[in-house]
Amino acid sequence: MPRAATVLRLAALALLIAFLVTPWSFAPLFAPLTQYGAPPIYDQGNLLMLALAQLGTVCIAAAASSVVAVGLGILVTRPSGAQFLPLSRTLVNIGQTFPPVAVLAVAVPLVGFGERPTLIALFAYGLLPIFENTLVGLRTCPAAVLEAASGMGMSARQRLLSVELPLATPLILEGIRLSLVINVGTATIGSTVAAKGLGEVIIAGLLSSNTAFILQGGLVTGLMAILLYDGLTTLERRLLRAVTLD
Amino acid sequence: MITVESLTKRYGETTVVDDVSLTVERNSISVIVGTSGSGKSTLLRMINRLVEPTSGRVLIDGRDTRSEPAHLLRRRIGYVIQGHGLFPHRTVAENIATVPRLLGWDERRIEARVTELLEVFSLDPASYADALPHQLSGGQQQRVGVARALAAEPVVLLMDEPFGALDPIIRAKAQDDLLDIQRRFGTTVVLVTHDMDEAFRLGDRVAVMSGGRLLQYDRPAVLLTRPADPFVSRMTGLADRAMRLLSLVTAGEAALPGASDGPAVAPTASLREVLSELLWCGADSARVVDADGTVRGRLTVAAILAHGRP
Amino acid sequence: MSGARPGAARIDPLGVLLVAAGAAALLFLPFVVFKANRIVPGDPRTLAQVLPAWAALGCAAVLAAAALTALWVANARARLLLALAAVATLALAAAAAGDALTPPGDRIVRIAPGGAFWVLLVCLGLLATDATTRLRPGPGVRVLFLAASLAVAGLALAHGTFDHLSVMREYAVNAARFAREARQHLKLAFGSLAAAAVVGLPLGVLCHRAPKLRPGILATLNVIETIPAIALFGILMAPLAALAAAVPFAEQLGIRGIGAAPAVVALFLYSLLPIVANTVAGLKRVSRAAVEAAHGMGMTSWQVLTQVELILALPVILTGVRVVLVQNIGMVTVAALIGGGGLGAFVFQGIGQTAIDLVLLGAIPIVTLAFFAALVLDALVEVLEP
Repeated sequence: MPRAATVLRLAALALLIAFLVTPWSFAPLFAPLTQYGAPPIYDQGNLLMLALAQLGTVCIAAAASSVVAVGLGILVTRPSGAQFLPLSRTLVNIGQTFPPVAVLAVAVPLVGFGERPTLIALFAYGLLPIFENTLVGLRTCPAAVLEAASGMGMSARQRLLSVELPLATPLILEGIRLSLVINVGTATIGSTVAAKGLGEVIIAGLLSSNTAFILQGGLVTGLMAILLYDGLTTLERRLLRAVTLD
Repeated sequence: MITVESLTKRYGETTVVDDVSLTVERNSISVIVGTSGSGKSTLLRMINRLVEPTSGRVLIDGRDTRSEPAHLLRRRIGYVIQGHGLFPHRTVAENIATVPRLLGWDERRIEARVTELLEVFSLDPASYADALPHQLSGGQQQRVGVARALAAEPVVLLMDEPFGALDPIIRAKAQDDLLDIQRRFGTTVVLVTHDMDEAFRLGDRVAVMSGGRLLQYDRPAVLLTRPADPFVSRMTGLADRAMRLLSLVTAGEAALPGASDGPAVAPTASLREVLSELLWCGADSARVVDADGTVRGRLTVAAILAHGRP
Repeated sequence: MSGARPGAARIDPLGVLLVAAGAAALLFLPFVVFKANRIVPGDPRTLAQVLPAWAALGCAAVLAAAALTALWVANARARLLLALAAVATLALAAAAAGDALTPPGDRIVRIAPGGAFWVLLVCLGLLATDATTRLRPGPGVRVLFLAASLAVAGLALAHGTFDHLSVMREYAVNAARFAREARQHLKLAFGSLAAAAVVGLPLGVLCHRAPKLRPGILATLNVIETIPAIALFGILMAPLAALAAAVPFAEQLGIRGIGAAPAVVALFLYSLLPIVANTVAGLKRVSRAAVEAAHGMGMTSWQVLTQVELILALPVILTGVRVVLVQNIGMVTVAALIGGGGLGAFVFQGIGQTAIDLVLLGAIPIVTLAFFAALVLDALVEVLEP
């Protein structure tokens, strides 16, 4: 990894953490963006808590999506489940076509306000990348490798666990990564139904025409998304290197 | 008719084509032969200015190719590449009609020309005019590629390894077709290949290139008998040179007056084929007979062998 | 049909799931919910309670037939037909329930479809989707089918069949505003798409021709994508307000700090990445031989681009357009937060007042629009693939 990029990343991470832990030290930066003496830094809640809450919501939704999508992906690539493949594909596609805002809005009367409808919306929206990648990963296993595994006397389950899944892991992880990052941004909409998150900062800014708030909410979210993506990519690379060198 | 004058192409430090000069006669086929990296394709593409020379110039019928915009020049030159480059989203007829349309021919003329070309290339217009390229076999696609290049009646046809992707049986037929077409339309052809057999079969004159330089440019027989460079003789093949020399002469040209009761051979057969037949039959002379039965003469083994020496 | 032994019936696993869920819903959840007015909590009613005996039995019969088909019939066409028939029956039953429970001339009662209705609808929908997917209809058939469904639904709505259901009641109250917001929604979604196409396509061609610029441009667009929508809307408000103040006539043109302008600009920026990325990817896939032959034949660069490259890249580009359009239809919903209008206004108003009918009034058209756009564009891409 080029040194400049690493340095940039670490600097961005440091900046983000510094801002979240001691936001008021950045006040002079944001002051010019406010009018009529409005507070330059969000003062109706703890920024760090909000950021963590949003991250938490996203991770829970991502975990649920991963389990369901990977499980479904495995199921439909087995001979017994092949009949469910076209339907699953269609359903997962529908999940992504449904605007998350609409899912959110419809879920509220059913499960109430707050985290729950947000989780449902993020769950539905995040299924597609993981599912599609699981499918591609499992289906593009080299036939020669599978045949060798069977020839060695592996049962279907052993083949799945020791050959197919490990080979498909890079793609599956990529799908999870993508889903996570998209959801970090989408989760801000959850604040319109009182879910705890940085969307709250943005909406407060919209309601009081405070550009500083809007920027804080938006930039922190964006930065979190980028750093998350980068961090996971690095982690995955290290993990895979360790696994393949073994 | 095509004069290449000291053409050079350099990419940074590397010289891909090094000071090449040659002349292609009107109504003839010149073949440029070389291994990959010899600069033969680049040389060809400098003729229609797909590559611009670093120095030197090309004259077609006495006119410098740079005297007009490149795209106008290319509309008067036919260009066939390996992998034919047919437009997958257009029908066969539309593909062939591309350059005539660019030139603004009227519809009826275009339609007539398309039909004519399809018939010349043995593709039934009724079945193939509206077909899409992916519905055709490899050989058919290649023929459409050549038809497309000839659509606007160009005086020059440039071909870059046009038969490379065909399997050997179809390739031989395609080469024969090219000879027929060149004779019929009188086009001046410059063809690039790495296959020496193909060069000998098709070329009135053959240019051998290596490392960007032109080593020799002459009739195939001269390349065999008086190679200008050891590379040339390596390319033509030392072991086979006598047989190659024999393949350049036809029975019709070498027939001597007289009769023979040996096997009958066509006047178009090469002496190499006649010798092979004689060896097979164990005879020592052959009758040269036309398709309609007229006897043209005879060929003895001794006479044939004499042709195999420089 | 998978290898079923002749004579032996095979129970469809999906059918079991759907029938179980549907039956449970019918037994334990209300079919409709009766509310004396908007504010009071609802009163559950079952199917038997709201329809005359013959109607309820007829409805039950159709549902039973659908259930049996789901369990035992393997023929996809039959399954689809039964599913559609059941959906129509369900819809009519709900409409009839609305009619039955509404005192004549009353405009205050609110009758909403209950849990049983929605669960049954979803189950039947899954049955229909599964059957359709098995039939593998071509793109033309799919579009036709969608158009037909929309036409039937439109006719029913226009005829007033569903007028007594709560959603339509809300519509009746907000009819003029609905039309206005719907138009606004379409304008914003398609307008931003058009602008993004006009800028994105040439940008994509540029990225393809000049590989050095590609990482820079794509990275910038990627960063824009990670900024959440409402943040971008908000961020654009201040500069646009400043622009409106500084430039004469800008306000008349509609450039304002609030309202549609920041939404359109934000959506435009979001739409750039998929279009640019897909244009580059599509151009990459074009056969090099075809491009070289085109140049060799004497086509100008412009002719090669428009007559060969872009046309061959079109399926991939259109896939990008599909992504953008569906995304924009969804995001315009959020634009309502900053005064941009659109159907999102109903959605957020409904959330604020805890009136699900208002939410549905906004959400149903939005979702229908998104599906329609996705289906039509997918069909188009399929038709264009050689």
